[in-house]
Amino acid sequence: MIGPRCGRSIGPPGNEAPITAATGDPIIEFREVTYSVKGRRAPLISQLSMSVNFRETLVLLGRSGSGKTTLLRLINRMLVPTSGAVVVEGKSTVDWDAIRLRRHIGYVIQEAGLFPHFTVAENVGLVPKLEKWDPARIAQRTEELLRIVGLDPKEFAQRRPAQLSGGQRQRVGVARGLGADPPILLMDEPFGALDPVTRSELQREFSELSRRLGKTIVFVTHDLREALMLASRIVLLQNGRIVASGTPQKFLSIDHPEVRAFSATLHTVPGVPA
Amino acid sequence: MTPWTFFVTHRSEIWSATIDHIALVLVAMTIAIVIAVPLGMFIVQRPALRTFSLGVASVLQTIPSLALFGFLIPMPFIGGIGPRTAIVALVLYALLPILRNTYVGLTSIDPAVLEAAEAMGMTNTQILTRVRLPLALGIILAGIRTATVITIGVATIAAAIGAGGLGTFIFRGVAMVSDAVILAGAIPAALLAILADLFLALVEHRLRVQ
Repeated sequence: MIGPRCGRSIGPPGNEAPITAATGDPIIEFREVTYSVKGRRAPLISQLSMSVNFRETLVLLGRSGSGKTTLLRLINRMLVPTSGAVVVEGKSTVDWDAIRLRRHIGYVIQEAGLFPHFTVAENVGLVPKLEKWDPARIAQRTEELLRIVGLDPKEFAQRRPAQLSGGQRQRVGVARGLGADPPILLMDEPFGALDPVTRSELQREFSELSRRLGKTIVFVTHDLREALMLASRIVLLQNGRIVASGTPQKFLSIDHPEVRAFSATLHTVPGVPA
Repeated sequence: MTPWTFFVTHRSEIWSATIDHIALVLVAMTIAIVIAVPLGMFIVQRPALRTFSLGVASVLQTIPSLALFGFLIPMPFIGGIGPRTAIVALVLYALLPILRNTYVGLTSIDPAVLEAAEAMGMTNTQILTRVRLPLALGIILAGIRTATVITIGVATIAAAIGAGGLGTFIFRGVAMVSDAVILAGAIPAALLAILADLFLALVEHRLRVQ
């Protein structure tokens, strides 16, 4: 995913990306957020408060069902809190127009979720097109993004997702998430469905890329290795609550049973040092 | 009289019956598509209406066609003798395959694709017109194809209520106990069904590949 240019200098600036906040200020804030669904006694998220700082890569770590994906979907208003508020750039998500908010936030999911009837270029250029950029600008942006994620536009732009490998599809997924240069990027186990070799390849490249892009990234995973590699801060979730949080350097030394349970995954092969 | 000599001597009559038959099918299919495709789109988000409308369409499908034509004759407005009644019956038969395939096509899309569409900030209308419908098109067309073949067959029975078409020869042949006359209606009807099936299969294939 190493491109010729980097940082915010790439491509046209986001439509309304305010670069007012300085590094360290919260750009997303959860205030006492509870999210429950009818017919389930335990809420999926209970009384959770946390903030995501400008340009950090926050990794939400947890087992299946711990509420990580729910948290992610609360940020772009795919879900609305039962109580409390999720505040994005100073405004509660319920006060945002849902469509505006989502076009302002990039989204990358497992298996990429690419549109099978669109070409690679059409997939990547989707949000710019929805935002009515002119075609020349979309074409230029698409080409640029494909280079950034390590795909040669000449070779790949006109292909359909079915003509790509799993790793290539996921690269296109990342490029699509970056489409209209959103200041925030949400990633839901984006590398989860890849084979281990391709996965670690993409993780390495993405960790490099995320440093250059200057985006605020919220990344969901159940893989501690991935969390340690990509995060500037790790938040560990269990049953819809935060049980531990810290930088990758400090995280493993936190004294909590769930942290120990995750640390144990690092030493699963007998005789092989982690 | 051999089938062939009957065919040759009555060719202009058979030809005009074929045209009538095609007209019946085209009108009925157009109406059925106009009703069933939007209804299929509408019931995607409405489970109660979905169960009801798919149920009604299935029940309609189980009514023997001759009985359905019989039921319709005494009905006001849509009933009576002639092509109008026949078209109503044909539409009712064609509804189920189109309705069911529209619904199945729209709902069998990879959830990850729909999640991505929503998360990219597409409006519901954009999700329907740019994602769901294009991806469902192949399956919807398969339903239309099934319905067309069924309708071409059922339309032969429409002659029983005076709607014309190739069924005229079949009923006449049965009354005359003449294979030649029956075949003069049955063979063109079968050919029509095969040709329609092949043509729509080709269209479907084109769209799926794209």
